[in-house]
Amino acid sequence: MKLDCKHVWEHISGYLDRQLDAALLEAVEKHLENCEVCSAVLDSTRNVLVLTADDRTYELPVGYSERLHDRLRAAMRGETG
Amino acid sequence: MLIGRILAGETELFHELIRPYERLVYVTIFAILKNETEAEDGAQETMISAFRHLKSFRGDAKFSTWLVTIAMNEARKRLRKGKTAAEDSLDATVEDHEGGDYTPAVLTDWREIPLEALEKKELREKLRAAVANLPEKYREVFVLRDIEELNQEETAAALGINVTLVKVRLHRARIMLQKALVPYLKSEAPYVAEGKPARGGFFRRWFA
Repeated sequence: MKLDCKHVWEHISGYLDRQLDAALLEAVEKHLENCEVCSAVLDSTRNVLVLTADDRTYELPVGYSERLHDRLRAAMRGETG
Repeated sequence: MLIGRILAGETELFHELIRPYERLVYVTIFAILKNETEAEDGAQETMISAFRHLKSFRGDAKFSTWLVTIAMNEARKRLRKGKTAAEDSLDATVEDHEGGDYTPAVLTDWREIPLEALEKKELREKLRAAVANLPEKYREVFVLRDIEELNQEETAAALGINVTLVKVRLHRARIMLQKALVPYLKSEAPYVAEGKPARGGFFRRWFA
C-alpha cells in the first residue's frame, strides 16, 4: 500500500491513538520515514495533545472545592431538612 | 456501595463520592464556556443535580460518564442562554459543513520543538482560546477525549452519538487545533534540544 501526503493526514489522529490496522500502520510509517512534511504535521499535532494533557492548561480557581461543597451542603440541607 | 449508602440516607457521603470528579466537571464546563464564573456555577449546579437524580444512576454506566453527561448538558444550556440568535445561525452553518476541508497546516523548515518550549504560559492560553473557538460539536468531542481522557465508547455515550462520529470529529478537532497552534509552536522552536528526558505525568499518553 502506497500513500500520498493527503491520505496520511487523514490518519494522523488514528495513528496517534494507535488505532490503525497493521497494513495501514505500516504504510503510514513508511511514508513518515521519507516525508518531512508529514512528520512535521504529526509532530505538531502531537505537541498540541501534549499541551492539552498538561494539567496547567486547565486549572481550577482558588477555593473552588470549598465553595462547591459549601453550596452542596446548603442544597442538601434544604432538601432533607 | 457508596451510592447505596447515600440513597439509604447517609447523604453526607455524597461529598466523598464526588471529590475525585471535581476537576473533571469544572474543566468540562470551562472548556465549553471559557468563563470561570459560569463554569464554577455550572459545576455546582451539576453536582446538585447529580445529588437530586442519584436514584436514576444505573450501575451499568461509569459514574464519571454519568456525571460528565450532566455537566455537558449544563454547559450546553448555558451556552444557548448566553448566545445571540446571530451566533447560533453562524454555528449552524459550520455544523452543516460536514464535507469540509480538514487539512492540517503544512510546515516547511520544521524542527522538533524543544520540550521546554511547551512550558510557555502563552502557549497554553493560545490553546485554550483555540479550543473555545472550535465549532461546538468538535469542541465537545475534543474536551471529552483529549482533555478528560474518556475513551471512545464513554465519549459516544456521554454525547449520544456513535463511535465512528466520535473518531471523525476528534480527528477534525485535532487538525483544526494543529492549524491554529502551528504559528506559535513554530516560533517557539529556536533550537533542537536533544536527550531531554520526558517528564512523567503530562507525557503519559503521547510519549508512552
